[in-house]
Amino acid sequence: MATPAYAEITHNGLWKNNPALVQLLGLCPLLAVTGSVVNAIGLGLATTGVLTCSNLAVSLVRRQMPDTVRLPASVMIIATFVTCVELLMKAFTYELYLVLGIFIPLIVTNCAILGRADAFASKNPVLPSLVDGFMMGVGFTAVLIVIGAVREILGQGTLFSDMDLLLGPMAKDWGLQLLGSDYPGVLVAVLPPGAFLVAGLLIAAKNAIDAGIERRRSQQIKIVSGTKRVRVTGKIS
Amino acid sequence: MSLMRASSPHALSGDHTAKVMLQVAAATAPGVLAMVIYFGIGVLINIALAIITALLCEAAVMKLRNRPVAFYLRDYSALVTALLLGIALPPYCAWWLPVVGSAVAIVLAKHLYGGMGYNPFNPAMVGYVVLLISFPVDMTRWVGAADIIGGAPDIGEAFSLVFGSYNVDGFTRATPLEIVRLNESVLLSQLYEMEPVFNKGTFAGVGWETISFGFLLGGLFLLFRGIITWHAPVAMLVSLTVISLFFYDSGSSLSEGSPLLHLFSGATLFGAFFIITDPVSGCTSNKGRLIFGAGVGLFTYIIRAWGSYPDAIAFAVLLMNFAAPTIDNYTLPRTYGHKRARRATDLEEH
Repeated sequence: MATPAYAEITHNGLWKNNPALVQLLGLCPLLAVTGSVVNAIGLGLATTGVLTCSNLAVSLVRRQMPDTVRLPASVMIIATFVTCVELLMKAFTYELYLVLGIFIPLIVTNCAILGRADAFASKNPVLPSLVDGFMMGVGFTAVLIVIGAVREILGQGTLFSDMDLLLGPMAKDWGLQLLGSDYPGVLVAVLPPGAFLVAGLLIAAKNAIDAGIERRRSQQIKIVSGTKRVRVTGKIS
Repeated sequence: MSLMRASSPHALSGDHTAKVMLQVAAATAPGVLAMVIYFGIGVLINIALAIITALLCEAAVMKLRNRPVAFYLRDYSALVTALLLGIALPPYCAWWLPVVGSAVAIVLAKHLYGGMGYNPFNPAMVGYVVLLISFPVDMTRWVGAADIIGGAPDIGEAFSLVFGSYNVDGFTRATPLEIVRLNESVLLSQLYEMEPVFNKGTFAGVGWETISFGFLLGGLFLLFRGIITWHAPVAMLVSLTVISLFFYDSGSSLSEGSPLLHLFSGATLFGAFFIITDPVSGCTSNKGRLIFGAGVGLFTYIIRAWGSYPDAIAFAVLLMNFAAPTIDNYTLPRTYGHKRARRATDLEEH
């Protein structure tokens, strides 16, 4: 299998094959902890870290791994990195660790990570695997942040509140009170149904953008004079 | 002699969607009238706000979907959805509650699933539940009946309550269901003497019983017109009666209330005749409707007795909406000429 170009890997991770919007993998953390931007960034960074490192490690040992133990071995590698991330978060962002709780250890069950390790890293050289893991992680994090922002604004009327949990005291006053202090707060946006709704609307928005691009592209085809008309059943492109 | 050839069905029925919807709307009249008598003009404000929002949303979505706007507005389905939602909302709630609820019902619950005839959940109940979960405080402040609070708010007060900063707390009272659910100290008979809502009424709280009779009347009209069948309402009322009778301990302080209270208080009769008879989100076969209704009655009692929400019709209906396709699959009637009933999940036999 030919190694894809880095631009293609990037485009895949961020847009075309986005783990959250297209593959619909890792929905559990996506829906459970995106109540605010800070939670989304925290979990997104942790996932990106694990994804990059596990892709790197799996790719390094891909020739030594027999097919029979490929999945268990990948899971062991991922679990190792999740444990590292968990310990790091305990050490440096303890409050955020407490907020995210069980969802940090649960990164190990995130299908997006095992999916990339199995579908890409176990078949590709080290550097493309590293880039793929990173880009998939960034794509996942971006979606987390957008969902977190929408839910935080709708649910609490704020944005970037409690950022000091992640970035320390300097981010203490970053919180914005967007919708006034007497905003009642749409509780359903904070609860899991709100996450489903926002994720669904994001997927719809992405599909609409893709359809718009496709339409514009198909309109650009110019008919050259003198072209012979042929009988076709499909769309000429 | 006309020589026009037409395929079956040959009998033309005038009961197109618009006519059915208008009759459903008309059938709510006795219940709504009773609500206005007991709770005042706020009921009508809710209904008006919900209907205006629903029609605007319906038109906007139809425009977006490149469908004819006027054609779909004229089937009045959005109007009925909004009417049912407006009836369910607490009177004199802030103006944005009916607006948000109605928009959610039409855009999210109806059109995102494909529009008229495709929604798996009852749109009015989705709108209600989204509001109840999002704004529990506003949604559980129910104004007391006119007899207890010394007259319902007049028009001026009503508008200040809905659009201004007036606080509705001065007019709100616990509903009969809430009183019985929260009571842990006195016998039910003492409660009926103590609480004004009970001692001014006869068995299920003043106002509530009259309103329930109003919706019962409207429901009987729909039955008589053949717009709904008896299966779902009867099954729901019977199952609610049976289970509340089973758990009724003749009125101790921990009692969850008599079957009469459960039948004639809260939204039981409104739900039985106007909500669970929705032909789209409910079951399609008669046997299925019986199971659907019985399930709604069962869940209603469970959530009322052991849940923490003031009423349970909306949750019970949504839960059974989930189950409706499965129930339909197992209750398909046997087609004439076939040995046994076929299932939608059966593999095609050729």
